[in-house]
Amino acid sequence: MRLPLMNLFKLNRMPILRQLHLEEMLMRTSSENWCIINDGTINPTIVMGISGKPQELLETESVLRDEIPVIRRMSGGGTVIVDQDTIFVTFICNKDTIPGLKPDPQRIIQWTGHLYETVFNGIGNFSVCENDYLLGERKFGGNALSITSKRWLQHTSFLWDYKKSNMSYLKLPQKAPNYRQGRSHLDFICRMKDYISRSGFIDETIRAAGSHFQLTPLHQKDGFLNQQYEHLRSRLLTIDELEEAAVYTPAVATRV
Amino acid sequence: MASRLWATRTASYLRVSLISRNFATVVKDLKYADSHEWVKIVGNSATIGITDHAQDHLGDVVYVELPEAGTEVKKGENFGAVESVKATSDIYTPVSGKVTDVNTKLSDSPSLVNSSPFEDGWMIKVEVKDAKEVDSLMDADRYSKFCDDEDNKH
Repeated sequence: MRLPLMNLFKLNRMPILRQLHLEEMLMRTSSENWCIINDGTINPTIVMGISGKPQELLETESVLRDEIPVIRRMSGGGTVIVDQDTIFVTFICNKDTIPGLKPDPQRIIQWTGHLYETVFNGIGNFSVCENDYLLGERKFGGNALSITSKRWLQHTSFLWDYKKSNMSYLKLPQKAPNYRQGRSHLDFICRMKDYISRSGFIDETIRAAGSHFQLTPLHQKDGFLNQQYEHLRSRLLTIDELEEAAVYTPAVATRV
Repeated sequence: MASRLWATRTASYLRVSLISRNFATVVKDLKYADSHEWVKIVGNSATIGITDHAQDHLGDVVYVELPEAGTEVKKGENFGAVESVKATSDIYTPVSGKVTDVNTKLSDSPSLVNSSPFEDGWMIKVEVKDAKEVDSLMDADRYSKFCDDEDNKH
């Protein structure tokens, strides 16, 4: 049986906001399937989900002091801080692309979980737990899903490595997965580099995707990157919004 | 068993149909889109929300993004989004027109979409441009079958 077609778009250090805009554009205007892999982003950036409130999720005074950009993305889910040591993998599919897969969030996460199981192939005790990817009991990949009437998008940020100082910009979220069990951020996450090489992870992910799809590699210079699209949901928060959030931040912060 | 009997009597009182699997409800006097929104037309005013089937599949709703009053919406196009613990899903308007009212209660109580999808969980009201747009929508019986067919597809 012929495998469904998928465009493979490998990016290198594309700014995360531009990546999110690209994904949103492809989700809404393309009828093709896409796998986007962005090997890092340029500057440390905080990315919240669609309903994220900076006063609840961030140490806003530190964020403002250090001029860390804050993005609210189109998909739901939690808050991450990303930088050059984050690897991003996104799948954008038509709902009927994968035979036998009901386009239900739970099943999509399970399907991608099986894909990454083959990437790790027994290394590090990979598992999927409450929408997160774990090695052992620690999270190394966070997922967010966006669904339209005909398509779905799942993007993942993988912690290749991280700086402890960056984690201090994030508060312990009020809504956390059960398996977190109140652990601080540094006790809850792990570094992927302790388990697999960077190029190895990307190569194995492409190999795993290639077992499900007929991949067509595209290049960063291809023309469609220049397409413009209005009504993009993912956006940068303004200084005014962050300053307003800082005013409402409780006096006693809960650090992660 | 007792809860099923209660549900049947309540359904009869409210003039709704019960689908025996999962107790998903369909309200008879509404029209439905294949993207699982419902619309109630009174004069040239349309009230729009998502169906019980939709909220059941979404899971617990934690956030609803809605347009501002005065926004023009077009039939079949996305007008907002619903975030649940599982995913963010686009919501589509079954009719064209101008948004006249937005359910601001959903800002503090997004769970109304789960607990009362056809009443307190309404999302927007639209001043309809062309009432005939609803002719292409499904009635309750067709929508019930549509949901069954969709669920059985996978």
